[in-house]
Amino acid sequence: MAPPTSPTGPSTDPSTCPAAAARIEVVDLTASYHGRPAVAGVNLKIEPRQVTALIGPSGSGKSTLLRCMNSMHLTVPGAGVTGSVLLDDVDIYTAKISPVEIRQRVGMVFQRPTPFPTMSIRDNVLAGLHLGRRLGRGSHDDLVEQALVRAGLWHEVKDRLKAPGGRLSGGQQQRLCIARALAVEPEILLMDEPCSALDPSATLTVEDLIKEIKQTYTVVIVTHNLQQAARVADTTAFLTVPAAGEPGRLVEVGPTERIFSTPRQQATEDYITGKAG
Amino acid sequence: MTRLADTCAPPRRMRARWPGGDTAFRVAVTAASAFVIVVLVATAVFLLRQAWPALRHYGVLSFLGSDRWAPSEATASSAHPNPYGIAQFVYGSAVTSLIAMALAVPVAVAVSLYLTEIAPSWLRKPLSGLIDLLAAIPSVVYGFWGIFALIPAIRPAGTRLSQTLGSTPVLGPVLAGPFFGVSYAAAGIVLAIMVLPIITAICREVFATVPTTDKESALALGATRWEILRMAVLPRSRSGIAGAAVLGLGRALGETIAVTMVIGNSVLSITTSVLGPGATMPSVIANEFTESTEPFHLQSLMVVAAWLLLITLSVNVVGRLVVRRSGEESA
Ligand SMILES: Nc1ncnc2c1ncn2[C@@H]1O[C@H](COP(=O)(O)OP(=O)(O)OP(=O)(O)O)[C@@H](O)[C@H]1O
Ligand SMILES: [Mg+2]
Repeated sequence: MAPPTSPTGPSTDPSTCPAAAARIEVVDLTASYHGRPAVAGVNLKIEPRQVTALIGPSGSGKSTLLRCMNSMHLTVPGAGVTGSVLLDDVDIYTAKISPVEIRQRVGMVFQRPTPFPTMSIRDNVLAGLHLGRRLGRGSHDDLVEQALVRAGLWHEVKDRLKAPGGRLSGGQQQRLCIARALAVEPEILLMDEPCSALDPSATLTVEDLIKEIKQTYTVVIVTHNLQQAARVADTTAFLTVPAAGEPGRLVEVGPTERIFSTPRQQATEDYITGKAG
Repeated sequence: MTRLADTCAPPRRMRARWPGGDTAFRVAVTAASAFVIVVLVATAVFLLRQAWPALRHYGVLSFLGSDRWAPSEATASSAHPNPYGIAQFVYGSAVTSLIAMALAVPVAVAVSLYLTEIAPSWLRKPLSGLIDLLAAIPSVVYGFWGIFALIPAIRPAGTRLSQTLGSTPVLGPVLAGPFFGVSYAAAGIVLAIMVLPIITAICREVFATVPTTDKESALALGATRWEILRMAVLPRSRSGIAGAAVLGLGRALGETIAVTMVIGNSVLSITTSVLGPGATMPSVIANEFTESTEPFHLQSLMVVAAWLLLITLSVNVVGRLVVRRSGEESA
């Protein structure tokens, strides 16, 4: 981590320092709520500097699986995990890393844009950096600009950085949330249906942004929009619920093109051709 | 569903509906709410009418212009100066309520944060119930507790405080001795405990409305528990906390018996020191109305009551507006 007084860390320039991305390996993971598994027996490798899409019908455990990757899952009352999630070969559930540190390394963007409503645009961007006093007081214009540029929002908001984050449009708010997540310099960015509250053009802007940031980061995205998975993802993983009442399972994972052109499992084919789910 | 109803309902037993039912209901609820308004207005009118002779005799503003309440002088100095000055009661009410707020609001915020965000879930209900129970303790019991437990307990500290800081330049007038126990400070502390439940209850509601998504986005940025509170919960709740405080203030301003028991009931001038004895607007009324024999004595107490009604009403209206606005904000 950067020293507190000079927050320009090693990876401030995405073009010269592409070493930030980390790798995630999910090994035999079962996640449960109140003792009932929601998704079970997942094995999945997530490669650095790639976009991995999680697709599947509602309730198949995509969000749950995603939230296991930054140990957000365990913050839900009654939630439990077995198996392991290796972040660059270190198990986040047994190793002595605090969940707080994991979440600084593995950022997350939610379905609905959630800027802090009482904070200005600038403070929203810096919110994560102010945690744990990693950043001294001050305006930190360079950091704000850099994060907003990377999120593709800079030109729209540069004249009103002091305005509340809640005043932006939905698409802008979502990009503000992405900027906020990127400002912390995570190694991985998890996105849970980041475009489902956005209109088509805002969706395309965010998709371009995803393609842009995968140069630097590892991205995992949950989406209900198969075209979106086809457009942005390098790898696609399909989850489904085999039978009602059973936990979700990972059915198939592979290069996006292969999954969409020649799925190996019947369930996958049914889902992507619209016969199921 | 329909089949179930068919088999269960005894056939043809339903009486024809009385057509006036709807109207009657509307009239009843309208009358009930009108009644509440009538009571409020009638109380205000009653107070003003009772107070009117004194107001006319001494002048409306002369009451607030003096801090000397000396009913025995009412015969001698028939008009001027007004022997029923009430500024010291306004001062007493303000000081005791402010002490109460300064003590109760931070504690209430901390307690409600603990209850909504930190306490293990099995503990939340019983603990909340326990705090609500504080509101059920009768005022007079708090007064007794104040006299026989609180005052002996704070006497050493109060005495020490007045001896060390009581003659310093800035704090001197506020902390001057002698400290006898009965004081604004004692009343403020008792009030703080009495308003704690209401402020806690409202803060709990306010904190509970903060959306999980807000807290999760702080969490996802690597916030610790405390940082989640600072980043997501407290900023959203600012106006709600303010509203809770104002409603608590309304309660503190009107509290009577417990205050009368511990404040010392000194009515002859403003005692600036919080360690000194004084009186509040309700306490003087409670203390004197049974023996108000001097000319205009009772009427002047009515003046105090009218001002008190005006002040508490405004404080409550402001509080409710603030709470409502905060509810809309976080919606
Ligand atoms: N907080 C919770 N408490 C209890 N059960 C939960 C909770 N969240 C999710 N579940 C259950 O876990 C299962 C998987 O849910 P999850 O949200 O991961 O599905 P999903 O694939 O993201 O669905 P969607 O596409 O609708 O978002 C579901 O059966 C759901 O009912
Ligand atoms: Mg989901």
